[in-house]
Amino acid sequence: MSEMKTAAYICSGCGLGDKLDIAQLGKIAQKEGKMALVREHAFLCNSEGVQMIRDDIEKEAVTHVCIAACSRRAKTDAFHFPTAAMTRANLREGVIWVVAEGSEHDEVRQEMADDYVRMGCAELKKMKLPQGNPNTTLQKNILVVGGGMSGLTAAFEAAEAGYEVVVVEKQAQLGGWANKLWKRVPFKAPYAEPQDTGVAELAAKVSAHPRIKVHLNSTVAETTGAPGRFKVKVAQESGAVAEETIGAIIQATGFAAYDIARLPELGGGQANVVDQAGLEALAQAANGGMLKRADGKEIKSVVFLQCAGQRDETGQHLPYCSGHCCATSIKQAMYFKDANPDTDTVVLYTDLRVPGMGEDFYRSAQEKGVIFTKGKTNRVEAAGDGCKVNFRDLILDEDASLDADLVVLATGQVPNAGVNLDAWDKVVAEADGGSEEGKQKKSAMQKISILNLSYRQGPDMPQFKHGFADSHFICFPYETRRTGIYAAGPVRRPMDMLQATEDATGAALKAIQAAENASLGRAAHPRSGDLSYPIVRLEGCTQCKRCTVECPFGAIDEDEKRFPVFNEQRCRRCGTCMGACPVRVISFENYSVDTVGNQIKAVEIPDEFSEKPRILILACENDAYPALDMAGLSRTVYSAFVRVIPVRCLGSVNTIWITDALNSGYDGVMMMGCKKGGDYQCHFVKGSELAGYRMSKIGDTLTGMGLEPERVSSFEVAITDNERVAKFINDYVAQLVEMGPSPMKGFG
Amino acid sequence: MSPSIATNQTILVVGGGISGMTAALEAAECGKQAILVERNATLGGRTALMSRYFPKMCHPTCGLEINLRRLKGNRNVRVMTLAEVSNVAGQRGDYTVTLKLTPRYVNTNCTACGACAAAVEAEIPNPYEYGLSKTRAAYLPHSMAYPMHYVLDPSIIGTADAEKARAACKYDAIDLDMQAETVELKVGAIVWATGWKPYDAAKIQPYGYGRFANVITSLEFERLADPHGPTGGKLLRPSDGNEAKDIAFIQCAGSRDENHLRHCSRVCCMASLKQTHYVREAHGDSGKSTIYYIDIRVIDRLEDFYQKAQQDATVSFVKSKVAKIAEDKDGNPVLHGVDTEGYHRYATTHDLVVLAVGMEPETNGIKLPDDLLLDSSGFIEGSLSEGMCGAGAATSPLDVNRSVQSATAAALRAIQVVHKTSAAEGVK
Repeated sequence: MSEMKTAAYICSGCGLGDKLDIAQLGKIAQKEGKMALVREHAFLCNSEGVQMIRDDIEKEAVTHVCIAACSRRAKTDAFHFPTAAMTRANLREGVIWVVAEGSEHDEVRQEMADDYVRMGCAELKKMKLPQGNPNTTLQKNILVVGGGMSGLTAAFEAAEAGYEVVVVEKQAQLGGWANKLWKRVPFKAPYAEPQDTGVAELAAKVSAHPRIKVHLNSTVAETTGAPGRFKVKVAQESGAVAEETIGAIIQATGFAAYDIARLPELGGGQANVVDQAGLEALAQAANGGMLKRADGKEIKSVVFLQCAGQRDETGQHLPYCSGHCCATSIKQAMYFKDANPDTDTVVLYTDLRVPGMGEDFYRSAQEKGVIFTKGKTNRVEAAGDGCKVNFRDLILDEDASLDADLVVLATGQVPNAGVNLDAWDKVVAEADGGSEEGKQKKSAMQKISILNLSYRQGPDMPQFKHGFADSHFICFPYETRRTGIYAAGPVRRPMDMLQATEDATGAALKAIQAAENASLGRAAHPRSGDLSYPIVRLEGCTQCKRCTVECPFGAIDEDEKRFPVFNEQRCRRCGTCMGACPVRVISFENYSVDTVGNQIKAVEIPDEFSEKPRILILACENDAYPALDMAGLSRTVYSAFVRVIPVRCLGSVNTIWITDALNSGYDGVMMMGCKKGGDYQCHFVKGSELAGYRMSKIGDTLTGMGLEPERVSSFEVAITDNERVAKFINDYVAQLVEMGPSPMKGFG
Repeated sequence: MSPSIATNQTILVVGGGISGMTAALEAAECGKQAILVERNATLGGRTALMSRYFPKMCHPTCGLEINLRRLKGNRNVRVMTLAEVSNVAGQRGDYTVTLKLTPRYVNTNCTACGACAAAVEAEIPNPYEYGLSKTRAAYLPHSMAYPMHYVLDPSIIGTADAEKARAACKYDAIDLDMQAETVELKVGAIVWATGWKPYDAAKIQPYGYGRFANVITSLEFERLADPHGPTGGKLLRPSDGNEAKDIAFIQCAGSRDENHLRHCSRVCCMASLKQTHYVREAHGDSGKSTIYYIDIRVIDRLEDFYQKAQQDATVSFVKSKVAKIAEDKDGNPVLHGVDTEGYHRYATTHDLVVLAVGMEPETNGIKLPDDLLLDSSGFIEGSLSEGMCGAGAATSPLDVNRSVQSATAAALRAIQVVHKTSAAEGVK
């Protein structure tokens, strides 16, 4: 790479020139920032200003650019110089828009701007333009685990987009759960009649597709590697093992029906009580004719009990709603009505849940004479030749009963998500501790594993609520915690077949994207396109394993000598490993212990008599930093004593930054991150939590330095908190002023 | 902007809400070229006007920030705002799309400094607050606007105010000579992420929306609950500005009704349950939320959100389709109907009524290409030629999570079209 040549560009537009001494900023950039080139411009983001910078890059061989103007979130189209490393000193949103108006604030306003220019230059000198991970990969094919409706859809859709696909199905034929169905709920207008599942045609298309290879009677015995270079051992029932090299993985392993044997009060276990799958079997046997019970009797009356073992508040059964079962019962009631309109069909429900166009299907059933009764079932007992359903009629508000030849229990979906990693961790700890029972439990768990990942974090995808391998995010349903591995269909959340096929198509896109990103050496969502990646100086590593343990994405393995092995293609570039590393050997080309540390050191600390405290703010770049920006946009005033540094995630905060700051005389440190806990909002899973945990450990260090623990403080800041964040700052500054200056001042 | 570089390998995404942004970005991050066109002055669509999302009670702007960052960092997506599709010609793999561009009167020199807004005097009902407040006629749509450029309302063009705005701008960003224009694009595939609109509540005559000040829609309630909204996050009722503590939520306002929308709008039950949180947060135990419903439809893992609301003593549920709303002498809405659980008649007074209005396709009333397949409510099922598809709430009344899921799938469908087009041309 060519020699580093730095340049700083200081804008005087947007009122910067009126509020700040621009010439002084230029001098600071030159003398203290040691910028080779310093230029001022009255309107840096216009075409002329931008051209000036471009010319310097091309003709003056400038490699590093510090833009001292507006926030890094503003004018990104203008300030786009792909061949140069760049920092942004935020003088507009970060200084003139938030510091109080009036000449009495001129001094602190200027000092704040001076520091941001110092910081921008200091950061720049430690930065390199990310070159991308040189270990790019070649594999772009997709492995689909599970050959049911979701898996077949994912496979077919990916293949139709031009990608090679490998399907692994544990059964002897493709089709999965859909094979058990006589018909499916309608999925297009007019939403009036049950429709063919189409699964046989889809299975045939998949089997015949030139880009799809199918392994039947097979399971995944082991998955190693990373996106773009997964190595997958496919174990066949016969004992043979095939090895596939894979770009990305879709887990479409579906669900099992909740076991009706666990619902004896609803008749589970009785001869004339079946679940929805049992009813489908009767319908398949009837082949469009009258449905008959197992004993051969024609069914003249049938009662469907909704939410059987679902929406349970007692803790005994499934707490959730499986979403599809109301429409499924409607469809099954139609099997009877279509074969013989005189059949008594009653659906007993508490809330009939047929959203969207399901409403038309519901109407169609009502027209066919299906009866819907709002009631809560107490007990199903065998009576005479059939069953008696005792229930509370919620409309008439009285106890009632129905006799039926057959009762159908609408039970819920239980995801086939493999090993629950929370349980896994405990079992591994027991097994590693030498416990025989632990070892047996571990081996039993390995047997139910689906992916058998060789990751330190466990063999399967992490599960969210109720055992589903769901994404935690509203806006990003495919934001997986195992890069390049996507769950699709009912394994991800309870869903009907229409949603499952939609979901599988989306998962196919994400898998393709993950493989494409790996092939280009860049990050996947949410830092998509980021070319930086963690670089480790292994000779300094003490094998403490904190990086491998704390990585939220399971990106880091350990070698035989217990050194960390970084799988860059699994990495999401959050920097959690960098924050964790006690010996600071992990860095990114444009984000490192030094790029931030240098900024912290660049700030000029006034002496203890100046009555000008300095507070460092480390702000999550996704929520807290935009909130601070928007405080600027709405001209919300906050203290000019703070100096803000955006961080990729609070998880990337290395405690050395905190101790360095306090050592050099800062009066306090504010850490601003996303909400933690059950409804966490951190896109790197546990940034705030980790930061909190690590800071709890430096209490002793603070005490040793003679500092009050309040000098380091954490705040949960949401992106909309622009007013709240200003209040946090002002209150904290007031608290520190009261506490008095840091005793460390002057020793730094 | 040079639309001429679009080719039959380009994917056009119509609509810049969360579904459109997602479809364009997902395709672009697979290496495809996408053009994202939005009729309004900013991306973000309806979700940008929501206060919070269920069930996490997190902020729509958080996801918007990530998506905007993806967009800023990706050169494969070109964004055109104030651009509306007026015609689609051609066929799968080879479309010619005509766009009508509306002038912003502000060019890309704009630094969002706000000097123009300070200079103009005219005020307009704020289109990004459903008209609940006023804004200057030179305005930034909202604090997450993209592009981060001001816009001049056409009503001031030709007036002294427009000149004042121009004079106030130091950066030559105000261009009063901008004209409407039409441009043509060549694209291979089209994703319709045209979203939804609230059913016109005034059509539900017995509920008195538009006649009674204290009957508002669920969307307007989102703005009231938003700390950045017209009331600073206070739940103030429109008639007298007093705090509304006893709030009724009427489900299926326009939905599941042969006279209005045939379909169930799916999201409204969760939306109202979410809004009871706003009431609780504002008033604690002294707040009161009453949900009038036919069925509570909170499917899959969202059930526990419902269970928590049932345990909340300030939230009650009445199984009833409200028959009509009247107004008492103090301007309080009085709800009349029958609680079908036990058949009790009621006439209940509340401070404020929130209508959980149904979702219908934004494109209802707009002529779409014949190739598109629509269901009986106007939602897009797909296209005959498979060269076009829907995404998000244009395809079904979907919540944000499922809209994004749908948009991700749509991105793949569009990629299939351009893939097959290039494969076919490779053979030639």
